[in-house]
Amino acid sequence: MNPILEAPTLITWVGSVNWTVGFLTTVGIFAIVALALNLQWGYTGVFNFGVVAFFMVGAYTSSLLTLEPASEFEDYAFGLEWPIPVGWAAGALAAGVLALLVGLPTLRLRRDFLAIATIGVATILRSVVNSTEGLANRGAGLNGIPRFLDGLADGADYRWVMLGIVLVMLAFSYLVLQAATASPWGRVLRGIRDNEDTAMAAGKHTTVFRMQSFVLGGMMMGLAGAIFAHRQGAISPTGFSDLFGTFLVWTMLIVGGSGNNRGAVLGALAVGFFWFGTPLIQEDLPDFLGTRVFQLRELAIGALIIIFLLLRPGGLLEEQPRVSRFVPKPGRRPAVATAGHEEGGP
Amino acid sequence: MIDIIQLVIIGIIVGSIVGLGAMGLTLSYGVMKFANFAHGDSMALGMFLAFIVVGDLGWAGGNIGRLSFGWGMIPAIALAMAGVAMLNVGADLTIYRRLRSRGAGIIAMAIASLGLGIMVRAVVQMIWGSAPQRYATGINPALTLPGDLKVKPDQFFIVGLTLVVAFGLYLLLYRTQLGKAMRATSDNPELAEIAGIDTQRIRLSTWAISGALTALAGVMLAIQAQLRFNAGFEFLLPLFAATILGGIGNPWGALLGGLIVGVTQEVSTEWIDPGLKPGVPFVLLILILLVRPRGIFGSSV
Amino acid sequence: MNPLLEATEVSTGYGELEIVHGVSVDVDQGELVTIIGPNGAGKSTLLKAIAGVLPKFSGTVTFDGRDVTPLSAPKMVAAGASFVPQTDNVFPSLSIRENLEMGGYQRVSGVSDRVAEVLAMFPELERRPGEQASNLSGGQRQALAIGRALMLDPRLLMLDEPTAALSPVMREEIFDRIEEIRSRGVAVLMVEQNAKEALARSDRGYVLVAGEAVLEQAGREMLDNPDVGRLFLGLEAAESAS
Repeated sequence: MNPILEAPTLITWVGSVNWTVGFLTTVGIFAIVALALNLQWGYTGVFNFGVVAFFMVGAYTSSLLTLEPASEFEDYAFGLEWPIPVGWAAGALAAGVLALLVGLPTLRLRRDFLAIATIGVATILRSVVNSTEGLANRGAGLNGIPRFLDGLADGADYRWVMLGIVLVMLAFSYLVLQAATASPWGRVLRGIRDNEDTAMAAGKHTTVFRMQSFVLGGMMMGLAGAIFAHRQGAISPTGFSDLFGTFLVWTMLIVGGSGNNRGAVLGALAVGFFWFGTPLIQEDLPDFLGTRVFQLRELAIGALIIIFLLLRPGGLLEEQPRVSRFVPKPGRRPAVATAGHEEGGP
Repeated sequence: MIDIIQLVIIGIIVGSIVGLGAMGLTLSYGVMKFANFAHGDSMALGMFLAFIVVGDLGWAGGNIGRLSFGWGMIPAIALAMAGVAMLNVGADLTIYRRLRSRGAGIIAMAIASLGLGIMVRAVVQMIWGSAPQRYATGINPALTLPGDLKVKPDQFFIVGLTLVVAFGLYLLLYRTQLGKAMRATSDNPELAEIAGIDTQRIRLSTWAISGALTALAGVMLAIQAQLRFNAGFEFLLPLFAATILGGIGNPWGALLGGLIVGVTQEVSTEWIDPGLKPGVPFVLLILILLVRPRGIFGSSV
Repeated sequence: MNPLLEATEVSTGYGELEIVHGVSVDVDQGELVTIIGPNGAGKSTLLKAIAGVLPKFSGTVTFDGRDVTPLSAPKMVAAGASFVPQTDNVFPSLSIRENLEMGGYQRVSGVSDRVAEVLAMFPELERRPGEQASNLSGGQRQALAIGRALMLDPRLLMLDEPTAALSPVMREEIFDRIEEIRSRGVAVLMVEQNAKEALARSDRGYVLVAGEAVLEQAGREMLDNPDVGRLFLGLEAAESAS
């Protein structure tokens, strides 16, 4: 075993370019999901532990609508060959409807009830796909999902087209969210988040805003899922694991800095590089670690969440303060009326 | 009809395991105030800690009556309970207490517990692998009851143990100063401090008891089904459904909630595809949130 | 002789917001002392800081000649100074007896004897010790909260507005109990909104305005003090008359 002969293969030029393009495409899709979660959690405090469910609904909806009709060896519904952009819009819409359905019974209650409810939705979706005949080809998954703008480039060069599509969609999502969160609507969302640290909902008014944020974020997750499906070309229920689709995104947001759109994108890049990069060094690791690299990176994801919560709760890029520094920070007790000012309430 | 009765019996068995796990979950939820998302993975850790004794070390021990496992399961369970209790206590000392003293709020603690759960699951998978395992290789022939109903000796054991544990928990919570102080801290932690109760000690005791119950539930789940590194995580939804059905902080509610979840889930397979079973606790959860978000039996928080 | 409790130049508040600015208060053995003042003057905040519920920004507190400034609430109770908050002062899902037992949590022995003694002081609680506290009326809850604070035989009882939101009859009842407790040698420091009734029964009073102590006087004298009367008592009389 000559160490020189074992030099990592990823250093080759073509290998690294191909990997980088593929990596940026994947991370771009994740960044859209992280932005969506940032809208829900970072700006509104909506506690969604079922990100992958919305992603999966978007992926399946768009795939089923744009695929060719099922062949005799396959068993799925629709197959309408609709244009891909229509499929994406439908995917976003379906995920928004899911958010509405899950949000209606839970968003007016304690904040953590939404997390408890959503953490199970993906499990259920997976079992629905797996066990329903004639819906989405069950465990075998969907194959041959058409590419968007397939005519623009041949074969391996298509990866550049895909990267371009993802970056355009990411830029679009980013700008929409920047505008939304800077608007008066965004200010209301932050107000709701900061004044509900007790995790109890307060009144119908705030529930409506939380619902808007939850549904809009869910739609963006659905859109990202749709893009993902057409990029992969094939999807199956097992590909949408909670760890991959939900907790990885949470880690991205916590590491990057929630309440900050740039932080969400940075977190997607940093955590994504760690997540997708570690398998590359698998062969360079000692055997014991190398064979366990997938569990090790999971372990690291869990540890990252805890370490950032403990040591850097604001993430790499902290949320810029938008209110006067004289206003007490959230989490403190409400200010007691100071002397001289007669307090109206109790 | 016999089919339904048979399904109800299986539901009671599964429900006992859910109830056992939910009793641990509801205790920590009531006292700590946050949803412990590491609870499922701690269950998985518990089942594999027991496997160290009866599997890895091979100390199965002589048979206990007609049960599938031997006397070795007793030290195995003790190790599992102690191990998960220590995990919980250690997590409080290193993570939750710091977040609490910073005033980080229950949501930050819930997210941290999720991180811990991911870590526990990864470690379990790293050590014991992904392939399902069993404590005992032999078969556990079912006893045939009148009406051709089938119940395995192991399943009698699971239900009996759950009842014994529930009674023990009752004695603890209503007959000991520690248990009453746990209920008081769950009611109002600030007042508990003012009354002179060392609430941090109560929290650690609660974590330890909750961890022991979690481990026990994990071992029972593995006896009923099998050992899988992600079996606990997939059990989270029924556990939370049972906890919320019974009212957060209410152990009897959690046990009854567990039985409701278990029986509904199993009986539903008479009409729906068994593959859709995971959806049943979710539907129950949504229903209770719509109708009575504080749970059927009332919440102590 | 040194006072039982001596709080010197205490500043405190919530978070970084200072509400009480260098206030000194003392209570002698067996004395009944009342702090009055307008809404938002920081009376309750001061009491919570002395009881160890809130941190003190500066100043010192000695109790029985011992520096207790940094002590947390459970340690203050152990030292012999019990505190009764204004609201949420009973454990709702616990029974009356269990509430009292929690007050005696730090007792090594004799909990059930002490429960019996305390119950004997409050006949309305003694009748049904198994009743869950959430089913009690406002006055009964207040009685239970005071009873809980007596479980460790404290030498000082700190009460935050014990008669707030009670009917006039219940108010009298609670004040009578407080006097009875004082007659057994327990010093009482209380914050009161019903200044007139409280001062009439107090040995001494403090007036707190804008987070500062502006007046300290014997209870009776304070009642006769024209400034106090005009500022607080008269105002309250007018309010209750309307």
